[in-house]
Amino acid sequence: MAEAHPVGFQWVMEAKRRGAKVFHVDPRFTRTSAVADTYLPIRAGTDIALLGGVVRYILDNELDFREYVLAYTNAATIVSEQFADTEDGDGLFSGYDPNTDSYVQTSWQYAGHEQDSGSGHTAKERDGAAGLIHESHGAQVHGQAERDETLQHPRCVYQILRRHFARYTPEMVERVCGIPREKFLELARAWAENSGRDRTGALVYSVGWTQHSVGVQYIRTGAIIQLLLGNMGRPGGGILALRGHASIQGSTDIPTLFNLLPGYLPMPHHADHPTFDDWVDSIRHPGQKGFWGDARAYAASLLKAYWGDAATPENDFCYDHLPRMTGDHGTYQQVLNMIDGKIKGYFLLGQNPAVGSAHGRAQRLGMANLDWLVVRDLFMIESATFWKNGPEVATGEIVPTECRTEVFFLPAASHVEKEGTFTQTQRLLQWREKAVEPPGDARSELWFFYHLGRRLRERLAGSPHRRDRALLDLAWDYPTHGPHDEPSAEAVLREINGYDVSTGRPLSSFTEAKDDGSTAVGCWIYSGVYADGVNQAARRRSRHEQDWVAAEWGWAWPANRRILYNRASADPQGRPWSERKKYVWWDPQAGEWTGHDVPDFERTKPPTYRPPQGASGPAALAGDDPFIMQADGKGWLYAPSGVLDGPLPTHYEPAESPMRNPLYGQQANPTRKVYAHPVNSVNPSPPQEHSQVFPYVFTVSRLTEHHTAGAMSRTVRPLAELQPEMFVEVSPELAAETGLTHLGWAHLISGRAVIEAKVLVTDRLTPLRVDGRIIHQLWLPYHFGYEGLVTGDSANDLFGITLDPNVLIQESKVGTCDVRPGRRPTGPVLRDLVEDYRRRAGIVPGERPPTVTTPVLRPAGRSDDGPREKGADHA
Amino acid sequence: MPDGSSLYGPLDPAPDAGWTAAGPRMGFFTDTSVCIGCKACEVACKEWNAVPESGFDLLGMSYDNTGALTANSWRHVAFVEQPVPAGHRTAPFAGNPTGASAGATSAAVAAGTTGTSGTEPGVPPGDADAAARMATAPGGTVGASAGDAAGTGTRFLGMPGAAPPGRHTGVETRTDFRWLMMSDVCKHCTHAACLDVCPTGSLFRTEFGTVVVQEDICNGCGYCISACPYGVIDQRRGDGRAWKCTLCYDRLGAGMTPACAQACPTESIQYGPLDELRERAAQRVATLHDRGVPEARLYGHDPTDGVGGDGAFFLLLDEPEVYGLPPDPVVTTRDLPRMWRRAGLAALAMTAAAVAAFVGGSS
Amino acid sequence: MGLRTFVAGWPVYRQLTGTDPFGRGPAAQSDRSAGLTARTETADRVARSVCPYCAVGCGQRVYVTDGQVTQIEGDPGSPISRGRLCPKGSASRSLVTSPLRQTTVRYRRPYSTEWEDLDLDTALDMITDRILAAREQTWEDVDSDGRPLHRTLGISSLGGATLDNEENYLIKKLFTAMGALQIENQARI
Repeated sequence: MAEAHPVGFQWVMEAKRRGAKVFHVDPRFTRTSAVADTYLPIRAGTDIALLGGVVRYILDNELDFREYVLAYTNAATIVSEQFADTEDGDGLFSGYDPNTDSYVQTSWQYAGHEQDSGSGHTAKERDGAAGLIHESHGAQVHGQAERDETLQHPRCVYQILRRHFARYTPEMVERVCGIPREKFLELARAWAENSGRDRTGALVYSVGWTQHSVGVQYIRTGAIIQLLLGNMGRPGGGILALRGHASIQGSTDIPTLFNLLPGYLPMPHHADHPTFDDWVDSIRHPGQKGFWGDARAYAASLLKAYWGDAATPENDFCYDHLPRMTGDHGTYQQVLNMIDGKIKGYFLLGQNPAVGSAHGRAQRLGMANLDWLVVRDLFMIESATFWKNGPEVATGEIVPTECRTEVFFLPAASHVEKEGTFTQTQRLLQWREKAVEPPGDARSELWFFYHLGRRLRERLAGSPHRRDRALLDLAWDYPTHGPHDEPSAEAVLREINGYDVSTGRPLSSFTEAKDDGSTAVGCWIYSGVYADGVNQAARRRSRHEQDWVAAEWGWAWPANRRILYNRASADPQGRPWSERKKYVWWDPQAGEWTGHDVPDFERTKPPTYRPPQGASGPAALAGDDPFIMQADGKGWLYAPSGVLDGPLPTHYEPAESPMRNPLYGQQANPTRKVYAHPVNSVNPSPPQEHSQVFPYVFTVSRLTEHHTAGAMSRTVRPLAELQPEMFVEVSPELAAETGLTHLGWAHLISGRAVIEAKVLVTDRLTPLRVDGRIIHQLWLPYHFGYEGLVTGDSANDLFGITLDPNVLIQESKVGTCDVRPGRRPTGPVLRDLVEDYRRRAGIVPGERPPTVTTPVLRPAGRSDDGPREKGADHA
Repeated sequence: MPDGSSLYGPLDPAPDAGWTAAGPRMGFFTDTSVCIGCKACEVACKEWNAVPESGFDLLGMSYDNTGALTANSWRHVAFVEQPVPAGHRTAPFAGNPTGASAGATSAAVAAGTTGTSGTEPGVPPGDADAAARMATAPGGTVGASAGDAAGTGTRFLGMPGAAPPGRHTGVETRTDFRWLMMSDVCKHCTHAACLDVCPTGSLFRTEFGTVVVQEDICNGCGYCISACPYGVIDQRRGDGRAWKCTLCYDRLGAGMTPACAQACPTESIQYGPLDELRERAAQRVATLHDRGVPEARLYGHDPTDGVGGDGAFFLLLDEPEVYGLPPDPVVTTRDLPRMWRRAGLAALAMTAAAVAAFVGGSS
Repeated sequence: MGLRTFVAGWPVYRQLTGTDPFGRGPAAQSDRSAGLTARTETADRVARSVCPYCAVGCGQRVYVTDGQVTQIEGDPGSPISRGRLCPKGSASRSLVTSPLRQTTVRYRRPYSTEWEDLDLDTALDMITDRILAAREQTWEDVDSDGRPLHRTLGISSLGGATLDNEENYLIKKLFTAMGALQIENQARI
């Protein structure tokens, strides 16, 4: 955190000053470790084993915040008798379908609801990155489930949790993660001791944590701990994601993503959502409780904002104008399609995949096989010059005179040359004022896309084609100003907020959204940002003039709420858990929820409220159901649906690992997304042969001095000079073993690429003793590329493409490699070196690694079936 | 002729330099115990003062690629990697091994993946050393630990020269480690030799008690450079003039905080009246001692030290030398009065002799 | 300047007549030094902004003189950052004023080895042409069962996490209306 988010880290230092204890877990000793009280070096990719150990420690010692756990989580809920755990399946849960490498979730459901809840077969959800939708949706589950408040029932969630994590002992943590058990216990003890009525503990991660083939389950494990300890919805608690781009939160809320529409509404699927009603019902799950019950209003209002007058209740608000998904349309599938010549044109908008994405060579080869490419950036980035300066030009794989891609580089306006909002990492929208005009041809994206749309519509005017209707019907009339006809960002923000169609009055909350076409709302969760016609995101009341919640600085979605689910900061009766941790509570005199923050609950619903029989939507939430977006109002220790790779987190080895999984026969995530494409490959891992060809683990991350793929730092002199060269950090032990010298050169080889770097030999890297072996890890910054003031090979070139099944995030924080002293070869022989490694590792182009590595396999709901052999080699 | 007290010992430098209505002396307190080495200070300083580039050099001194305070780097963050106890904290690498890896082949055995497949695992072509390393027979090192693998699974290729500081291999497990960071800056000495030797009046004492080079006066003579006991002040190549931290003299005049202190995320760099800072620093040291950090100590805070105390002082976690600071800096002009007195006497004597000779000769 | 003022401004005169006989303080202060002001004090205007690097969202104040950004520093009022900035945030002025910034459209013809210049308006027209052509060539109206697809898989886009919400909103809205489904950004990378 000190490394990548130094200014956010001031609050950690503040807490430390007041006596907080700071733990830091990282494969390398960083600037955060330097000031942490306890640093735990960990083998990259084993965090579930570590956190699973904490879960076990809490449960074994009964250190959970029992009152909170009973009332606010699904600990007491009884799970179907069809459910079989990884304990019984050697790493596989019940319901695994080896034909699609995915789960049928029926057996995971709450008892008695096997047929009426859950998503059933999840192969399709994986292709649609459905986890990102479930992130806010709450997956489908029945609200009224059988419970055992004594937590003794063998199939209640609490007992299932106990059994599932039973083998995550301190000894196992040490064996898997390389963390000595005493240190692990120090962490577990401190975490538990600093949680409860009077104290809360926070879990903070940066998003490299998600970049694993089990990324979503990392967060899930953290969530289980935080729920068990009562740290959710309370001040000083929570799970805090430190995101890495100024508005990356905003770009998921108002998504430039293939599978989402604004406000986490799903992009429709051609087979599942042929009609508007099918689509809406798949979001709101009729009869289900929680706030998604109003999804029809959010959906209708979005389409109304998109297609204005053309969108009417009679034509389902132009629902048929929406493009339909048929499978995986994610960025990595796109790149492979580019290589295969299926994509004509590509826009890059402030992103530099030639350096920032996994498998840089695939990225560059893909871009070299387009009809046209539009790059909009501040600087001449690697992704714009791959045809001229890329490493494949040196190897002869891209020959400029044979490369057909037509490239348009359009300079972009910087953050001070345009106005608009960023949504930062705590969901806070902050408006930026424009300071100066952009130089020369530089323009904002707002300008580019508004005028591009205008031109497209002009060109298509009068078109008879059905395909052009959506463009011609589009509500696309924004006021413009200035010499370049810059569209008004404030007008766009007003549309995002939503307004009453007949009067134009901005809505003050999403609760005012209607499903009859009388309201237009661009992003329902942002509704209220323009309440009363005032740009609430532009509020800048100084911190000196308001309380510590600082509710009048910017605007947080939803409803300017700073802590989500803050109903949980009060006990079931609505009283603060303690004076010290008072935040939001029920005021019986006034008959409403009140406190330091905007209550995340219906303001006048008393704690004693119990829903009438048959209630649905928000009305079905009881007065003590704080998790209002979940279909049962509870925090989920166990996820009966919504997570595609299991209802509970399970330690799997990374897709590339030098280790056999010490916990289960199942080696890696059995549902991970794998692309069998000639350009892609996975280095072999046990039980496959030849994993020793790539004996070392490498991980990549950020340096304080640079930013992501380097376009905004390697081009800026005072930053470039602070970290002027690509380097690799190795321990003295590894340096000795491989003959590397401090400040000498090394080259690293994976099945995809070979890159070179200067060597920094440092004690900050340590070998780890793991399962009786010594594992060496290397660390690299991923900021470097071949353009800018300072240049170097790109670390992400080393990675192949393997994705998490839930959200299709790539595993780009851990891989295996070999390292050798000296510089890499240049020219075509560079590929020969990679080819030779591939040959020795037995990598066959386009071949999938074995997915299932355990002979134990039980079909869904048939636990009486004996073990079934699968044709996978098992060591 | 200056008397001894304004060249040595405690005093308030601004009034001493003739500022009649000077406010309190302002300065920096840099608390290295909360420094995270982010270098915001280096950048903020360059941005505000338009300090030119200082070159793209990977120095290999941990994360320090600035190297030193120079004419083009007025803040410098030093990084020190040490195999010594991290004070009250849990030893970061306690229990982690230092031994060599189990090697490729023994790893294969341990992972249960050795097999005959027709390919020769792990042997790069045409590289005898690496081939030897990879192909060494495992010798039954299943589950090899650090100790027994060292001699069997790998071939030590040696690590010639350039060993970074704190290298200790060969012990069974690692123990302690810490990473110190410190943002260094001009000390704005009470007795500033640079100022005293400056023949042009370019270096002067401001009303804030700070020491500033005036770029419109400096003629590049360079006397100040050898005079500085800390090696801070430096001549800029191609320009010839001397440059260093001004403690953002222009910002101070506007009642603002110097750029580095304004940016510092963790309040490692604190700016304020020196008296207040010294008080705060003493409290901080006491707190750290209470919390089991006995190594915390102040540097440059003492008005009776060789430079009369620094306007920019530090809380350190080790001896000053570890950070590249002189342990006992002395103002290089301390002996000036004595020297001048002697020189004066000599001159008088010579004059007397000359006069005598002249008188004598004329008589 | 009268002789008297001239003489009074002469350092040696000041040294001999003032409180600073050794010429180390006020007597040595040059006119330039005496007249120094912080450029933030004399700026034409200040824009309240937000740091463009990571997602912490530190407040920035952007100082402008004669249409040029002269300084960017932390906004002390921000409850998030309390006026502080990391090295990247502190380098924001150098970022926006970097001489490496591209300020003109560049165009690379297919099979060419060099960049060419191109007029912005022409570039927009050419891009419009190419989008329309790609849609025409790759449009999918319905699936094999006659269910609507209404899309093109011939166009892709990547990026958005560094952009404003308003921009992402228009990008998504326009691409969706174009039938361009394959929109992605850093959130998946």
